[in-house]
Amino acid sequence: MLGELALVLGLGEVAALVGPSGCGKTTLLRIVAGLERDFDGAVTLPAHGRLGMVFQEPRLLPWRTVEQNVRLAVPEASDGTLDALFTTLGLAAHRAHYPGELSLGLARRAALARAFAVEPDLLLLDEPFVSLEEALAARLREELAWLVGRRPVTTLLVTHDVDEAIGLADRLILLSASPARIVADLPIERPRAAHSADERAAIRQAIAQRLGEARSSARS
Amino acid sequence: MAIRLLSFALMIAAWYVGSRLAGPRLFPDPQTVGVAIVNEARSGALAFNLGVTLARVAVAFAIAMLLGTAIGLAMGRSRTADRFGDPWLVVLLNLPALVIIVLAYVWVGLTETAAILAVALNKLPIATVTVREGARALDRSLDDMAQVFRMSAWNRMRHVVLPQLAPYLAAAARSGLSLVWKIVLIVELLGRPNGVGFEIGVAFQLFDVTRILAYALAFIAVMLAIETLLVQPLERHVARWRARPA
Repeated sequence: MLGELALVLGLGEVAALVGPSGCGKTTLLRIVAGLERDFDGAVTLPAHGRLGMVFQEPRLLPWRTVEQNVRLAVPEASDGTLDALFTTLGLAAHRAHYPGELSLGLARRAALARAFAVEPDLLLLDEPFVSLEEALAARLREELAWLVGRRPVTTLLVTHDVDEAIGLADRLILLSASPARIVADLPIERPRAAHSADERAAIRQAIAQRLGEARSSARS
Repeated sequence: MAIRLLSFALMIAAWYVGSRLAGPRLFPDPQTVGVAIVNEARSGALAFNLGVTLARVAVAFAIAMLLGTAIGLAMGRSRTADRFGDPWLVVLLNLPALVIIVLAYVWVGLTETAAILAVALNKLPIATVTVREGARALDRSLDDMAQVFRMSAWNRMRHVVLPQLAPYLAAAARSGLSLVWKIVLIVELLGRPNGVGFEIGVAFQLFDVTRILAYALAFIAVMLAIETLLVQPLERHVARWRARPA
């Protein structure tokens, strides 16, 4: 599924993996997370590094409350940290609710809270806002950008949404269709929040151009 | 509730009619049996025999459930364990209860250990099969989540695995409880000097149908109480997260 590829993330860098569906983005994340053993290659994580992950589905334990879900993943989290996280993510009123009582948007937030409560050295996000309505996804993206900005954390974000990648990442890594290879590796100027519509359009055009080059070189 | 009461009243009425037709020696009426229960209770024999039998039920049930859960979990999660354990399971499942009981008494002797071993072995394969079914249905994506967040083995078992197994454990417990107490009576009849099964054996030799029915009814009442006071509240507690839908 995956081709030959090498990827080095700088400390505190937010990298977005963008590629067509089925190119192995999720597999790549699972390899980094240590969930996939059947591959040739090596993954080096920061020493004693803790991992935070948000899966495509919220993956909460349905029989435990929102707060219990977070505490089970992070038993050492202090009350202060949790209070702040729940407030930031608008979950303060839902701590004692079971996941089945939450909307998808709230469940996604709970999954984000769990990943951030770890205070991870590496954060893995697998299409964290897929199948949410656009306005809600945009709000959650802002909250995520704020959380990442407050405490810089090395992040690998998988998405098929170029705007999402531009809005959140310092660096855009474009993958080809399966077997996936890195087609382009584009830096995105900071600060992310200050991007104007024009700048976004320019970045998108650059991406389209790179993709075009990659296709024609593949053909020749 | 009304239908339940009606059904119960019909049962008592049928008992009276049956007793009239068959005669008091073959089938004593409810009143006679009630008096016998009170007499046995006054002498203390009822409480003693019920207590002894219940203790055997509890110990054998606990052993069978614990072992069955452990083996079922292993077989449901590992293909190798499943292939290895399956022939044993097939043999145990198809070995008649009576054979297990007789062999236990012959090999171990007429002891308490043999009695409990025989009952637990009878219940074990069914508990194992039920839990294995549950273990096969475990959600791998939650396993992945637990691994990524480095949950401890204890927390994984308690908060990820057991809640998923809960319906299967409840099914195993429920079918197991009724099976275990039936087999305990046979075990007592064949090789124990006390307990409800022993008393029924004695009553059978004396052709004392009243006493047989008295002990049977008392025991049914106790098992009903356990079901309503212990099993059902436990099930409600375990399923509390389902109680409030979104």
